[in-house]
Amino acid sequence: MSATVLDWALVAAQVLLALAMVCAVFRLARGPRAQDRVIGLDTLYVNAMLLLLTFGIRTGSSLYFEAALAIALLGFVATVALAKFLMRGEVIE
Amino acid sequence: MMRRIFPFPLFSVALFAIWLLLNQSVSPGHLFAGALIGILGPIAMTALELPRAKFRRVRAILKLLWLWFEDVVRSNNAVAMIVLHPNLRGATSGFVDIPLELRSRYGLALLAIIITSTPGTLWTDYDTATGVMRMHVLDLIDKAAWVRRIKERYESLLLEIFE
Amino acid sequence: MNALPDWAAWLTALLLLLGAGITFIGSLGLVRLRKFYDRVHAPTLGTTLGTLNIVLASMIYFSITEARPVLHEILIAIFVTVTTPITLLLIVRAAVFRDQLGK
Repeated sequence: MSATVLDWALVAAQVLLALAMVCAVFRLARGPRAQDRVIGLDTLYVNAMLLLLTFGIRTGSSLYFEAALAIALLGFVATVALAKFLMRGEVIE
Repeated sequence: MMRRIFPFPLFSVALFAIWLLLNQSVSPGHLFAGALIGILGPIAMTALELPRAKFRRVRAILKLLWLWFEDVVRSNNAVAMIVLHPNLRGATSGFVDIPLELRSRYGLALLAIIITSTPGTLWTDYDTATGVMRMHVLDLIDKAAWVRRIKERYESLLLEIFE
Repeated sequence: MNALPDWAAWLTALLLLLGAGITFIGSLGLVRLRKFYDRVHAPTLGTTLGTLNIVLASMIYFSITEARPVLHEILIAIFVTVTTPITLLLIVRAAVFRDQLGK
């Protein structure tokens, strides 16, 4: 009984997170300005990371944790670089 | 001497803890590697010549963390209501200028993190000459209330901790 | 691998749904809000309570099934809490700069 509750909750949570990723992709594709796209990309990273955590619970494997941490780290660096690019037009001056 | 080996003691402890958490182990090998990283990391950091942070009053820090958590929970709810509201009361957002007495760089950085990580408020600018901070508020109704709120809730505690 | 007791399954399920729901509402705000500066507020929902709830669910689940405290997920919560304000600040400052430039 309890196992099925968790299974259904996992499916529902994954659907919600996937929809959240769709929303972020919409903002990424639609713009209208460059800063909107960067915000969309940043949100996409966070949502993907959370989705990986739910996959970890679903499969009972902690391997997904490492992938989630890597995404969080790379997403942070990427967004900082993009923000810097918007500011000056160059990443490294 | 101690200052030489541990230029940033709290940072050393944090690196050590992160290492053990990542490896999920307290075996002697990991304890040794973690200690090594905890000592070498902060020594490498001294190359950046950061100004020393002085802070005290653990009670005030705990109170600050609690206030922050309280605000995060409440404003999550508030922002969710605004987003889900059928006809978006989006026109009420705007900027507020808040004159700050806080001058400590670490205190200001912490205030920026607190304000930005709370949904509904966003730190946008700070003028080092006048000490005026500008923030963006999603649900702006009363500007004076926000000035009072930031000063009473956070600035007084940050002044107590950092100055 | 231990079996999950009823209360833990319900708690994990609740935390997961709460976290995913909050994250979804935040991302929905990204689509619905009309001005750029309004939209920057929306993703913080996912990076504060959204992340916290899902991380807690993961911690509870693994701590019980592996019968030992599994705490390393807390690193993700701390990391996201510390870095999101920095990225948002940088993006907003870039946006302010570009507004002044009139791009």
